[in-house]
Amino acid sequence: MKKIYSSAEEALGGLLFDGMTIAAGGFGLCGIPERLIDAIQASGIKDITIASNNAGIDNEGLGKLLRTKQVKKMISSYVGENKEFERQFLAGELEVEFTPQGTLAERLRAGGAGIAGFYTKTGVGTVVAEGKETKEFDGETYVLERGIRADLSIIKGWKADESGNLVFRKTARNFNQPAATSGKVCIAEVEEIVPVGSLDPDSIHLPSIYVKRMILGAPYEKKIEFRTVRQREAA
Amino acid sequence: MTTHDLLTKGWTRDQMAARAAKELRDGYYVNLGIGIPTLVANNIPEGMEVTLQSENGMLGIGPFPYEDEVDPDLINAGKQTISELPSSSYFDSAASFAMIRGGHIDLTVLGAMEVSEKGDIANWMIPGKMIKGMGGAMDLVAGVKKIIVVMEHVSKNGDPKFIPECTLPLTGKNVVDMIITDLAVFQRPDHDSSFKLIELAPGVTAEDVRQKTTAHYVE
Repeated sequence: MKKIYSSAEEALGGLLFDGMTIAAGGFGLCGIPERLIDAIQASGIKDITIASNNAGIDNEGLGKLLRTKQVKKMISSYVGENKEFERQFLAGELEVEFTPQGTLAERLRAGGAGIAGFYTKTGVGTVVAEGKETKEFDGETYVLERGIRADLSIIKGWKADESGNLVFRKTARNFNQPAATSGKVCIAEVEEIVPVGSLDPDSIHLPSIYVKRMILGAPYEKKIEFRTVRQREAA
Repeated sequence: MTTHDLLTKGWTRDQMAARAAKELRDGYYVNLGIGIPTLVANNIPEGMEVTLQSENGMLGIGPFPYEDEVDPDLINAGKQTISELPSSSYFDSAASFAMIRGGHIDLTVLGAMEVSEKGDIANWMIPGKMIKGMGGAMDLVAGVKKIIVVMEHVSKNGDPKFIPECTLPLTGKNVVDMIITDLAVFQRPDHDSSFKLIELAPGVTAEDVRQKTTAHYVE
């Protein structure tokens, strides 16, 4: 079965529709599926619900889809560093389901693992738990959170083999792994596609079963939000 | 309070971080929040092994990288570039928060806008004004063994931040174990007890603290 597509547009073929739910990997600008985001922007679909930890910055990453008002709702833990996100939310133009970061990761993981809901202590006694079922276990209160099953997952990986086995690099793994499993279909964009057999089977982060389609997204110009460095001491 | 008073009375941001660092123990796994808490990393005692967790998926945060070693794929939860250590490991966000929620992290140091006398903390939004989101803070206060808040004793307007009841939306209810401000340190042995004033910053009197605190605490 052919998994490698020649472009993001081709890989998204037949999968996009108005009102759909998309799970997206990435943390800030680290490990974001930028080619796929660009192609979704170009497709013009609207009323999208996006489950993603944040939404890039003003005109990078998912911030692009906010700018074009293609997003109806974000399921996110953090909107800082994105003025347009904060502005649309405060103006009531955008719905945001604030979800604690760990709860969001687990909701994606659970959705992908066939678990409809789970109980967590996170958010108990806060607005996050309002309207949700709570239950006592061993003398402590837990809140019921639902798994997220998305129509589509878009992720960014480092290397994939031709069968779709995938590895991530350093902290660019972040939400890409749980987001990948949440979708009915997952499309991965990667920096390098290598022949089957070149990756150590013991070192695969995301097994091929999750990756239905992929594209070679390179070359990437990876952006940095906050460049912090130290100086070498003089010799 | 004059600038001179600010310089001579109480702790600076660095000194508050240094005070928080005194709570570290050998072998601890620790998550540090953004802002003053991050400065705790510069104050880990020599010879003590402390592993820092970054909730975006890393154990063993190294120092900021040299200019020629900056890697966009290697950032901390504040999205700053960092470096790795020989002992570092990487994992995905679900695994990261399994560690946090599962009670495997020994200590977290967080900033706050308000802390109540019952140990409630508010640090993620001011309705209608400032909304950044809770990020990982709600998970941290729900799951980490010991929660330390480091914050200025009063707001920019001079209002007390250690108060009877939080007025802002909560991040967690009855979760804070210790509060370190620029003026004093408060601690409680368990979540059923009141906070106790256990330490005053240099030049600060118990009366100074009383005047700037509306929360009930034990002296």
